[in-house]
Amino acid sequence: MANEHQAPQDAATHTAVPAHAPAKDQTAAVKEGIQVAYLVAIVLFVMAIKRLSKVKTALGANRLASLAMLIAVAGAIGVYSLSNPLDWRWIVGGVVAGALVGGIAARVVPMTDMPEMVALLNGSGGSASFLVALAVLGETTGQWSKMPAGATLAEALSMNEALGTGPVVAVTLLLSILIGAVTLTGSLVAYGKLSGRMSGNAIVFGGQHPLNFALGLLTLGAALWLGFGNVAPEHAWYFAGGVTLLALVLGVLLVIPIGGADMPVVISLLNSYSGVAASMTGFVLANNLLIVSGALVGASGLILTKIMCDAMNRSLLNVLMGGFGMTAGAAGGEKTEYKNVKSMSAEDLALMLDGVSSVIFIPGYGLAVAQAQHVTRELADVLTARGCTVRYAIHPVAGRMPGHMNVLLAEANVPYEQLVEMEQINADFKTTDLVIVLGANDVVNPLALTDPQSPLAGMPILHAHEARNVVVVKRSLGAGYAGIKNTLFEYDNCHMLFDDAKRALQTTLQELKAA
Amino acid sequence: MITALTVFVVAIFLGVELINKVPPTLHTPLMSGANAISGITLVGALTCAYKLGDHADPTVANVLGCLAIFAATVNVVGGFLVTDRMLGMFGGKKGGE
Repeated sequence: MANEHQAPQDAATHTAVPAHAPAKDQTAAVKEGIQVAYLVAIVLFVMAIKRLSKVKTALGANRLASLAMLIAVAGAIGVYSLSNPLDWRWIVGGVVAGALVGGIAARVVPMTDMPEMVALLNGSGGSASFLVALAVLGETTGQWSKMPAGATLAEALSMNEALGTGPVVAVTLLLSILIGAVTLTGSLVAYGKLSGRMSGNAIVFGGQHPLNFALGLLTLGAALWLGFGNVAPEHAWYFAGGVTLLALVLGVLLVIPIGGADMPVVISLLNSYSGVAASMTGFVLANNLLIVSGALVGASGLILTKIMCDAMNRSLLNVLMGGFGMTAGAAGGEKTEYKNVKSMSAEDLALMLDGVSSVIFIPGYGLAVAQAQHVTRELADVLTARGCTVRYAIHPVAGRMPGHMNVLLAEANVPYEQLVEMEQINADFKTTDLVIVLGANDVVNPLALTDPQSPLAGMPILHAHEARNVVVVKRSLGAGYAGIKNTLFEYDNCHMLFDDAKRALQTTLQELKAA
Repeated sequence: MITALTVFVVAIFLGVELINKVPPTLHTPLMSGANAISGITLVGALTCAYKLGDHADPTVANVLGCLAIFAATVNVVGGFLVTDRMLGMFGGKKGGE
């Protein structure tokens, strides 16, 4: 295991020293060998992606992918050291620093912070792509300035033997800058929202969409002008810097109007972008390995994006336009007042748990915030020991990233079989004694079924309200995401336990053990 | 150029077909694992570490390339390691309980 993760380091330090100009035919043979190495890496990546989507094979798949990465990087260093003397300081410096930062972060990050971690990783992938594109542009300026006046960047790029051919090089170079930069700042904003360093609320203002649209057009126009317009090579950096800056700003503006609860979609989409950006870099460098791997990642991100959108019964466009529920909140301000809400204490919950034979937990983002996954599992253990069936109902968009709840509960050693997907468990609520909702809100809101006018209408929910008793552990009645009232709280079979999920369950657990 | 486009389009379809249905348990690891794969840009970043012939001083391309190598390595190493850690938790439980 350890070796694999140090893969890039090993590759950097152990591969052959730059060769002393080997014979031409020998070089060609080695280059072909390296193409074969790339092919092997592609095949391994394809296998790994397939196996990453099955529980049994996923762990092996991840290791397979890291092996493929090692092969690819070793191959790349091999081929580059043949055609050009490499400056090892840059490679070793970058790889060692990157491996340290990435490795330490991966070791110490708590599972509760996984959405933030994934957001930052997406951002680093995106930034790598646009930096490579900028570096290629920088390399090209030398050649470009020697060309007759009036030559475009696209023409200069097509003179570079190391790159692909045709106008596609210029187009994809610009696209890697744009997509990479948008991915970087978009991910940073997502990180800010997830970590609470900035407000998780949607930030909307008048004229936002026209502004974004105009800025998008301006960015594209500037990029095209840089590629194909009448730009002098000595001004190329100003243009490139301008285009990058515009794209960075665009990334921020695109993500700020999207609220915290829509983050699963945003993260999946940025994940897809980071893959597409890598693919674009592959076009620039005429490297099939990059094109294929990037496309695979792009596709997997798209699938997750679609799954997340389906789970909210909303279109991708609707999510991206942001400000979800803002209008509903404004129009239905008076509707967020609750009547007939019954509250209970943790001691009452312990009493209630005393006689039940089936319990379903519904975890949500509040569970993650309260770090209540361990105490939940302890409580479940006590209940199971008393002969009660315990299961967890997992809504696809519970939490702040795809699969967020599964990761948290896995950390607390909750047996995998106890986690049940929405479609499988919905029919069972009717026969369940007690449902405990832990920091979830919209995913159990019956309004989605009953009120066709509600912004939630049509969103598949967990049918918690059908259980004999429901206890909602929540810090306050405060409006959930975007102020949509949760009618579940007014149901006759529903009790509210106003507390932090962790503290409430700890008290319940003590009472239960003492009884 | 058409070949590269073909490869790209076919790879997208291949990816969609390969993954198709993912159990929710694996959504996060799939994302972080796939993300590590997108760090393949590292291969591209290495080209930018060329010592360009007569330039003894670092060029802008060198510096940008080094930054790109750094970012891509964070992506690769961090992504694979954290995925391994997560999947280890899933796996350990299955055997343990």
